[in-house]
Amino acid sequence: MDILITGLLLGGTYALIAMGLNLQYGIARIMNLANGEMLVAGGFAAFWFWTAGQISPLLTIFLVAPVAFVANWLIYRIMLRPLVKRAKSRGQLEVDSILATFGLAFVSVGLMLAVFGGDYFSYSHLARPVHILGDTYALNRLTAFLAAVVICGALYLWLNLSRPGVSIRAIAVSPESARLVGIDVPKLAAIAFALGGAVTATGGALISMFFTLDASTGVLFTLKALVIVIMGGVGDVRGTIVAALLLGIMETFVASAIDPGLTLAAAYLLFVLILLFRPQGLFGRRGT
Amino acid sequence: MTGTEARNLALAAVAFAVVACLPLAGSAYWLAIGVTIAMYTVLATSWALFSGPTHYISLATAAFFGVGSYTTAIGIEHLPYWTLPPIAGVLGAVLAALVGLATLRLSGVYFVIFTLGLAELVRQVIIWFQNVSGTKGLYVLTSITEAHIFWQLTGLAALVYLVGWAIWRSRLGFALRIIGDDEEVARHSGINTAGAKVLLFMVPGAVAAITGAILAPRYVYIEPATAFTPMLSFQVVIMALLGGTSRLWGPLVGVIPFTFLWEAISASFPNQTTLLLGICFLLIVYLLPKGFVGLLQAARKRVETREAWA
Amino acid sequence: MTVADPVLSLRGATRRFGGLVAVRDFDFDVGEHEVLGLIGPNGSGKSTTLNLISGALKPTSGSIMLRGRTISGLPAQEIARRGIARTFQLVRLLPSLNVLQNVMAGAVFGHRRRWGHEAEAQAMRMLEKVGLARRAHAPVGELTYIDTKRVELARTLAGEPKVLLLDEWLAGLNPTELEEGISLIRALRDEGRTIILVEHVMDAIRSLCDRCVVMSSGAKIAEGSTDEVLSDREVIRAYLGDDDA
Repeated sequence: MDILITGLLLGGTYALIAMGLNLQYGIARIMNLANGEMLVAGGFAAFWFWTAGQISPLLTIFLVAPVAFVANWLIYRIMLRPLVKRAKSRGQLEVDSILATFGLAFVSVGLMLAVFGGDYFSYSHLARPVHILGDTYALNRLTAFLAAVVICGALYLWLNLSRPGVSIRAIAVSPESARLVGIDVPKLAAIAFALGGAVTATGGALISMFFTLDASTGVLFTLKALVIVIMGGVGDVRGTIVAALLLGIMETFVASAIDPGLTLAAAYLLFVLILLFRPQGLFGRRGT
Repeated sequence: MTGTEARNLALAAVAFAVVACLPLAGSAYWLAIGVTIAMYTVLATSWALFSGPTHYISLATAAFFGVGSYTTAIGIEHLPYWTLPPIAGVLGAVLAALVGLATLRLSGVYFVIFTLGLAELVRQVIIWFQNVSGTKGLYVLTSITEAHIFWQLTGLAALVYLVGWAIWRSRLGFALRIIGDDEEVARHSGINTAGAKVLLFMVPGAVAAITGAILAPRYVYIEPATAFTPMLSFQVVIMALLGGTSRLWGPLVGVIPFTFLWEAISASFPNQTTLLLGICFLLIVYLLPKGFVGLLQAARKRVETREAWA
Repeated sequence: MTVADPVLSLRGATRRFGGLVAVRDFDFDVGEHEVLGLIGPNGSGKSTTLNLISGALKPTSGSIMLRGRTISGLPAQEIARRGIARTFQLVRLLPSLNVLQNVMAGAVFGHRRRWGHEAEAQAMRMLEKVGLARRAHAPVGELTYIDTKRVELARTLAGEPKVLLLDEWLAGLNPTELEEGISLIRALRDEGRTIILVEHVMDAIRSLCDRCVVMSSGAKIAEGSTDEVLSDREVIRAYLGDDDA
């Protein structure tokens, strides 16, 4: 029970991060391997505002989100759009965007190392215990989870009910047909990419409340987010959430039952099972 | 074999003989650089054998390399040294086949992601195993000198070039060029595309593991953090792409300048190596998509058209 | 209508995409040395049928047999190896290889496999057959549209397949090219090859096909000799709509 709830709390935050990546991959068709760095940058911001002015991460996210949105929009327009234009095939775009976002990831890590140094950073905010069903949990984990739920929910509603949201989902299903019904694909792809970055950075600010980060941890989160996206199905919000919760529970279970050093191995185990048995994602249909 | 091929083969043999004399020059510094260049040449060339024609970006080099280092570190207690690199090669090939079977049926993204975390995964498992069994790092104490390592790596490089050349001439090589152009046509022409890719991926897997096994005596003390540096995978990718993967000798053209650049940067700005890697990646994507080889070919084409017009 | 000792047969072949049934419960046979026209309006499921036969897609249910042995469910490369070769609706050549090497792809990996000089000679013979031998060493990027189609045809022939699937091979040709194209396929027919032709060009269907199968909305609506089928009321209705019938 303890494992289940801790896992769910962790998975909730993962869901937010993976949702960001899924928006970028599912709609803008860019496999953004610098996603984890955006997360760490969000975490850095939360850390900095907390240590400098005791400003709660829950307030910081209202600044982090718009800044990350603009930054990612610029990244898409300046760096990635030219690659989309020059790509002759889906495969070439894949290779190019992987290399370019790797470059971006390393440059970001390099810059963060230069500015903040290689130290771990953590701070203590809302580190009080709370009691649920007889067990104790850290309040910051619970808060981060609740914030993630609210944001995921808002995103879900927006994607399903608003006009731009539905257009964005249409692109995820079929960019070609979306173009034919008059959807401005390049514009919405840029917005989806920017939104994805903002969501991930927000997730970073939330996760920094209970997770020790350093400049080079980004890649680990990128990996986890990727595993979740593939498990949940590209462009599938519901699948992403389920997959994130599964991963959270799995990780917590492995960490407490076997060894805390094996969390990545846990993620990989899930990954391999998915690749072998359901490469189309948990809820995906076998496609064409 | 045609006349040109025989001549190229003879030239390559002479070049290797000259290179093999480096340790006789007596400079420890140059020998160290030579070992580094030989190591990256072997890794980048074998990487390009797979990733060049298939366009799958493998980030698994560090994992194979680490497996090889550990093969030597563990095996040296029980077996004569000369048996260890071949054993490492077999282990690397098996690991590569497993990874390939799980991922190479699917799109390139899955493969990149899987290999990206592979080194970290193996590292976590080894650390866990060490924790459970109560061991720490391992000492590799041998009488093997830097010159021996250099000769072994040079020999391995020659082998890699020969294998690359043989594959290029074989049905497998032809199949891979077709796969690289259009995988669907390849399948409908009767090529077992997944099988060909898995088979080919075993080559860099085996080679990187052998390299790790050969280099283990150089590090003396083997522990997970040093044996599985993820940086190695990225360096190899950059060097191969910088040189160009469309020719067998392409990666070498990338390895030499990058090694010197890397040495210079890590000597004077040790904290900025990550930044350097990032900039190199961006440079390759935006300015040198076909590497130096592509640059040379474009230049030659320009000269040819000019001559044709003149 | 059944064919005695068919080379290829479909039995109840069905393919769904989600809720949409692209091919429904489809049966037909192709006999040895027969040229079968697979016709129907756009979106009627012809290309999906070819994809099912060549293994690009797997049938949701039903079976496809080559000389009585089930091939449905096999991967595309295995089906190619057993003797079914296809062209693509939009020509697909291998851009980094020259004309001869493109054709060799079929000779090396197709139904009857060759290697080295033998494969090269076979590829050359096929290029002669389609009338492109003198361009054997040209890069494919320099070819005219009909020549790219010739290369693709030569590639499928090079492995000596038992059945040839031509997916709108004549589409997009100008009148002169069309004439050349038709006579090329007629030459293949006269060699006694077994061909399934998905085609919209009526003249070509009339002059080339022994028999036709007509599809509409994923199902077979008519089958028979070409003249018979093309004058069938049902077929005309499917093509032109109810009002004109």
